[in-house]
Amino acid sequence: MARTPGELAGARPGPAFEITVDGRAVSALPGQTVAAALWAAGVLTWRTTRGGGRPRGVFCGIGQCFDCLVTVNGVANRRACLVAVGPGDEVRTQEGEGRGELAV
Amino acid sequence: MVTGVFDLVVVGAGPAGLAGAGTAGELGLRVALLDMAEHVGGQFYRQPAAGLGAARPEALHHDWDAFVALRKRLAAGRVEHLGRHHVWAVERGADGDWAVHAVVGDDGGDGRPVRVRARAVLLAAGAYERQLPFPGWTLPGVVGAGGAQAMLKGGLVLPGKRVVVAGSGPLLLAVASSLASAGAEVPAVIEASGYLGYARHPRALAVNPRKLAEGLTHGAALLRHRIALRTRSAVTEAHGSERVEAVTVSRLDARWRPVPGSGRRIACDALAVGHGLVPGIELGTTLGCGTRTTADNTLALHLGSGQETSVRGVWGAGEVGGVAGAQLACIEGELAARSIAARLGRDPGPEGRVRQLSSRRTRLRTFAEAMAATHAPGPGWTGWLCDDTEVCRCEEVTAGRVREAVADQGARDARTVKLFTRAGMGWCQGRMCGAAVSCLAGDGQPPAQRRPLAVPLTLGALAGQGPEDASEPSQSQT
Repeated sequence: MARTPGELAGARPGPAFEITVDGRAVSALPGQTVAAALWAAGVLTWRTTRGGGRPRGVFCGIGQCFDCLVTVNGVANRRACLVAVGPGDEVRTQEGEGRGELAV
Repeated sequence: MVTGVFDLVVVGAGPAGLAGAGTAGELGLRVALLDMAEHVGGQFYRQPAAGLGAARPEALHHDWDAFVALRKRLAAGRVEHLGRHHVWAVERGADGDWAVHAVVGDDGGDGRPVRVRARAVLLAAGAYERQLPFPGWTLPGVVGAGGAQAMLKGGLVLPGKRVVVAGSGPLLLAVASSLASAGAEVPAVIEASGYLGYARHPRALAVNPRKLAEGLTHGAALLRHRIALRTRSAVTEAHGSERVEAVTVSRLDARWRPVPGSGRRIACDALAVGHGLVPGIELGTTLGCGTRTTADNTLALHLGSGQETSVRGVWGAGEVGGVAGAQLACIEGELAARSIAARLGRDPGPEGRVRQLSSRRTRLRTFAEAMAATHAPGPGWTGWLCDDTEVCRCEEVTAGRVREAVADQGARDARTVKLFTRAGMGWCQGRMCGAAVSCLAGDGQPPAQRRPLAVPLTLGALAGQGPEDASEPSQSQT
């Protein structure tokens, strides 16, 4: 019986590459979404809510709930469950609506 | 390159859209098939990204052969597949044709507006999961059952090592068996209804032996993976600080009220939860398509014998007409394509084929209604909410605040609750909290499915869609 999803699907992924998550280096596989790369790295949350500042990550997994919003390469409000990662991507935890840098 | 006016635009490349587009292509129609994902398949046939090099994608799926056949038919006909297209509206054009508006990119974030024109539209947008909140459901590690399945199929990842699967509906069994096959420990499947409910619909079972066989397959998978199945029970609380560490499972009475004192804890590091599916019909309701209420209190598009909606020129197939599964979706997609071909003056193919498909459709719809009735949420579920349980995840509106709007401010329906509390006003536009807010408002109505913009849109994308291209006979983009 398979011990991992990759084993089950007979995966032979292309070469892994590095991304950073809040400045920390994390390995990712080609084709993975931001969310999948983070789950694979054991990271479940990458946003804090606007009101209570509570942690959030993937919920619906299909782009409908917007819980997994994240800042990728400086662009806020990307849906981590849909956006594919690329080599060198800078992923940052999104605080609130992710427009903190606009505050005066 | 997309040019000119298509005969047909199909929105959604799941089983219904694939069958519709493939059949229409075979019948000689020029078809554009739009879907938000890069590859065809929809949620049901979601595949690992190409870069993951999965040699056995079929190991993650039921009925993969059917998908291979659908893909083949697509390649044979005149179908232009436009992946990563997020349709935000369908609009009636001046000449009686249709303009389908989309933004492009993984999450539509490329901001490039696209307009595809066609003489007919087939809505096959599928469904998303219905969620009922409970204390702790916003904890990291609590994910949609369908969401866990999607992340597994598409990214080959799991939410945790020990995953409880809970909620209601046949999807739970498929999710539990997938997660276990992929190496997760699944201590239990918690089903709020019972399977005995199907026995109240003997005719639906008798004419659908394949559905019984599917049930047995799932049952065997649960046994093989030593997964306990608890019916008439629900996860009434998720515990943990940084992430979910355990769930409390309580017995439910026939109305889904939790039985006091029946709670038992199950340790886990993830929970996959969902209470059935909700048809994604907003593109249709915005056009004024009529709806019907399903046996489990969702709105579905009202469809005629040829799958046409109440708006002439707009058809629907699959889950948009009421959640019924991939097998029926394929039948309806094909029926819609034949009806569209006939309307456009083409040969719709042999009459016998349509009769055969129609009778299969009736049979499977009967089963779907029995399934919906069996797993329909009982009104007592609100008994497991605490006042500080968040109901609207986007706007962080608690059950207490919603109850206050109802009890003290006189809100009698979901819309008024929304105006008082902002529940349903956030990013997801009430997709996650809609069912809960309707129940708490006590209006007895299924949640409204009106979203004039079906996906988020930047003002830039809207501004980039000048009125002049509406009259252009050919609209191109690479």
